[in-house]
Amino acid sequence: MRRKIEEYMNFSIKHPENEGGMNERIKRLRQENFDTPTTLSIERALIETEFYKKYYGTMPTPVLRAKNFYEICKKKTIYIGKDELIVGERGPLPKAVPTFPELTCHSVEDLHTLNSRELQRYTISQEDIDTYEREVIPYWQGKTQRERIFNHVSKEWEEAYHAGVFTEFMEQRAAGHTAMDGKMYHEGLLDVKARIEKRLSELDYIYDPEATDKQQELEAMAISCDAAILFAERHAELADKMAAELERKGEAAQRVKELRKIASVCRWVPAHAPRDLWEAIQMYWFVHLGTVTELNGWDSMNPGHIDQHLFPFYQKGIEDGTLTRDQAKELISCLWIKFNNQPAPPKVGVTALESGTYNDFTNINIGGVDRNGNSAANELSFMILEIQEELHELQPGLSIHIAENTPDDFLMAGIRVIRQGHGYPSVFNPDTYVKEMTRAGKSLEDAREGGCSGCIEVGAFGKEAYLLTGYLNTPKILEITLNNGLDPETGKQLGLETGDPRTFKTFEELYEAWHKQMVYFVNLKLSVNNYIERMFSLYAPATFLSLYIDDCIEKGKDYYSGGARYNTTYIQCTGLGTITDCFTTLKKHVFEDKRYTMDEILKACKENWGEPLSNSPRGGEDSVSSEMSTGNAALPPTGGAGRGTVMRQYIRNHTPFFGNDDPYADDIAVRVYEDLVKAIEGRPNTRGGKTHLNMLSTTCHNYFGSVCGATPNGRFAHFAISDGTSPAHGSDSHGPTAVIKSLGKLDQTKSGGTLLNVRFVPALLKREEDMEKLGKLIRTYFKFGGHHIQFNIVDTATLLDAQKHPDQYRDLLVRVAGYSDYFNDMTAQLQNEIIARTENEEV
Amino acid sequence: MIIFDIKRYAINDGPGIRTTLFMKGCPLRCVWCHNPESWESQPELMFKQNKCIGCNSCGIHPHQLEYIRTKAQSTNLEVAELCPTIALEVCGREYSLEELMAEVEKEREIMTGSGGGVTLCGGEPLMHPREALQILQELGRRGFHRTVDTSLYASPEVVQAIDAETDLFLIDLKHMDSDLHRRFTGVPNEPILSNIRLLADKWEREGKSISDRCWFRIPLIEGVNADEQNIEATASFISNLSSVNSQPPTGWQGGLSLLPYHDVGKDKHRRRGTDFNPEGIKMTAPTEETLERCIQQFAAHGLTAKVGG
Repeated sequence: MRRKIEEYMNFSIKHPENEGGMNERIKRLRQENFDTPTTLSIERALIETEFYKKYYGTMPTPVLRAKNFYEICKKKTIYIGKDELIVGERGPLPKAVPTFPELTCHSVEDLHTLNSRELQRYTISQEDIDTYEREVIPYWQGKTQRERIFNHVSKEWEEAYHAGVFTEFMEQRAAGHTAMDGKMYHEGLLDVKARIEKRLSELDYIYDPEATDKQQELEAMAISCDAAILFAERHAELADKMAAELERKGEAAQRVKELRKIASVCRWVPAHAPRDLWEAIQMYWFVHLGTVTELNGWDSMNPGHIDQHLFPFYQKGIEDGTLTRDQAKELISCLWIKFNNQPAPPKVGVTALESGTYNDFTNINIGGVDRNGNSAANELSFMILEIQEELHELQPGLSIHIAENTPDDFLMAGIRVIRQGHGYPSVFNPDTYVKEMTRAGKSLEDAREGGCSGCIEVGAFGKEAYLLTGYLNTPKILEITLNNGLDPETGKQLGLETGDPRTFKTFEELYEAWHKQMVYFVNLKLSVNNYIERMFSLYAPATFLSLYIDDCIEKGKDYYSGGARYNTTYIQCTGLGTITDCFTTLKKHVFEDKRYTMDEILKACKENWGEPLSNSPRGGEDSVSSEMSTGNAALPPTGGAGRGTVMRQYIRNHTPFFGNDDPYADDIAVRVYEDLVKAIEGRPNTRGGKTHLNMLSTTCHNYFGSVCGATPNGRFAHFAISDGTSPAHGSDSHGPTAVIKSLGKLDQTKSGGTLLNVRFVPALLKREEDMEKLGKLIRTYFKFGGHHIQFNIVDTATLLDAQKHPDQYRDLLVRVAGYSDYFNDMTAQLQNEIIARTENEEV
Repeated sequence: MIIFDIKRYAINDGPGIRTTLFMKGCPLRCVWCHNPESWESQPELMFKQNKCIGCNSCGIHPHQLEYIRTKAQSTNLEVAELCPTIALEVCGREYSLEELMAEVEKEREIMTGSGGGVTLCGGEPLMHPREALQILQELGRRGFHRTVDTSLYASPEVVQAIDAETDLFLIDLKHMDSDLHRRFTGVPNEPILSNIRLLADKWEREGKSISDRCWFRIPLIEGVNADEQNIEATASFISNLSSVNSQPPTGWQGGLSLLPYHDVGKDKHRRRGTDFNPEGIKMTAPTEETLERCIQQFAAHGLTAKVGG
């Protein structure tokens, strides 16, 4: 407690190169990856458009989709980089991102914007833009999934959507959040095809009225198998050709050997089950590419518990002497670089704010439990931590899974990587998420084989289609409630008329009014969710992905049509911290202490607490504003603060807020949470499953903040709202244990995931014993039933400097709401938010 | 009992994750003190000028704030309740034992789960022995590990009574020369050194290891106590404590921490309207070389000193 300042000063983030155990090949591949610009490729769109022009309407949709996929696999450019061992790209080159015009078709203007914007730029040539305008855009006009959706929705839905009451995930991307179980390592696509043939032969066309639909889907699945095998074969051919070329020149004998090996691997997988580690990794990579080529699912694709899946191959290789640890590490590192070669497909229109990032959310799960509930951390889990620390790329994301029976040495190994400050791994609690899943009706074994994909959402890997459908802006709903259904930002009557809050006599009246509005908006969103699900089933079935999700083949049904064993629809609620703080403010100061009238608070919100409205909102709720910048002036100004400022300060400093282990606030948070569960949970979806609550926010809390005026808790207009289930920025002032106590009061098993960001200054993790204490903090939170926790280990000085000198911090990673991002790829708004977040610094 | 801070997730105040209770009141006046607001036993007003927005909610004319800044302690405490920004804040409040235990109980899981507990700190907790004892007894009854962070500047009777209710002492050793000790802290060191010997002998008699019963903490300040001579005397003193001698050759196993000086106390003095280091004693943080030399000096006596917490 006495040396904080020194510790603070001495700290420097390790950067940019931690070259530790990377071998020369991996260093080169990593450097190449950094140096390669992100580009937009129109190849997929061209192949698809040509195919659709010729065949649309001539065959059943599943078969059309499968043949379209086959066509892409047959025609797309094959790439093998000169150092690569694991091969295959989604586009014609690394970091060349295809478009998916069948879902959403970029306009010429969109393409220009993507090509020229400063952040998350996707370059594209004028020639390609012209071709797109000529060949692609005219065909898809009126036929995209996005248009189908927007032509269907009601005026009420559309107005609420544009006002930012909720978002819609599937309006321009397919549902993703898909993680694999271990079956691909035991079964090649030829085996899968044999299973499909068997199912086809068993169809009963007399007594099963769905038999014809099933036949079409199963035939489409078989075509998808062929497509992926063909795609692999084309890689084998290219590898052989490259090898022959080198041989002819008499060059690079070592590379020739590698290319011949690549060819033989690609001829074996994915057609057959892999026999060694190399084949197993290549197997996964082809399956990954298949799913992200077929459709552009959110959260791309995820290998799931890869340490568990690859371990038998590793063990066998080590035992029979065909593999060394270094070789295994090199192969896995090659896969890691592949992940980072796949930036997310860019969105169209102005929705970039919602989630402007290259990150495609592959969140790899290591450690945790196996099917039988035993600890699953193995040698590869440790090796993967090592690789993650050495490469520290944007993708893949990594999470360690710490059950009660997970050994401490694995937790400590994870914390050592956390301490590096790259933003990962995040930490998950299988003991809680297994309960979340069994509570939602999944079998215990399937739940244990599940985990968290993307950000923090849970699913039964390889057995579930869990669709995240969009975020709900709970503070915005309060803003609408406080204006009797009117949205002051758009001036439109978006909600119900629940009464003028100035007439409310009790806090209960206010809460009830919010509750009515919340249920109304949840229902509005759900009514369209089901329609969108049907559109995917009807127009964009995922016949390749369906091969890998039980029980699509057995049921003869697509992933989007209820083929999966479990079918969940999530709505993600954001802003729990902010709305709780708004409620405690109103409850305490208006209804109990009567320090302020409702009218005074509403006026102050309208006037943005006396601050001029800024078009470029800054980060946290308690960012230093001009009112606070009196600095070290000899004396404060006389009467220098307006009424709004004084009110705001009083509220910020004299209100019980969420995250301080104070029952006054925490009880309200629990109430809001439980009411959200009740409003969302258990509605039937179109796939035989049910809706559930989720509590993640990714970066949406920034977008949601930007559409929301000033709020009673003293938050300025257009500032970010709180993320996930974290306390609002600047609201928690009692340290991390108070935060986890507050969060522990929510019954998290009722969600499909919660999210807690805790920022740590490096000084708190300097010594070995500090890290052990962090481990205890994590263990304790998980005993309270916590689902997820992640740490930002950064110091303000570093971040401020990184804002000034982005070039010197190219690979600086920080943690934002569920995923890692490069600091200098973020908007200034996000950067400021990171800086403003409460520091748990002890002085 | 007047408590001026309760710190959760305290990771530098003894083993495990702890909750530190800061009792108000201290007989010492260490010039480097980083908690000068702990000196007086009664609640006092603090004024953080950088937080003042000049709103005049306190009803004090802005020019009087300068007066408050310099005479903070003597001003009416209730005025702080009016301040929206907590620029005016009362440091220290009366807690009942039940209230205090309710705060501590909030952290039970994390404390017990991490091998931590409660640390009683100050000020000087032994300055109010009756209250300190009450707190420690109750904590013991509730099964918490109890650490007391103290200068041991108290009567031998108090020290022995506290020892019976304490699992671990964190003993601050400031200077071995009594005159200099008096100059830098306002009190002589004889009572402190004699209390340490008393405890060491007591533990020896009781068959307890000193390593388990106390850690030493030395605020290391260039210009005050980091010189070779004082460190030599400190090391020699510790290594000659009776139960240290009886340790196996592995030597000192308890905590011996060197806490490099920092001047965060300056700002706290400003807040309470007192002068930091009025005599202008030259104090600086020890250099790496000094730290290394001190560690070597302790090592020569078989003592393992570490830097920090």
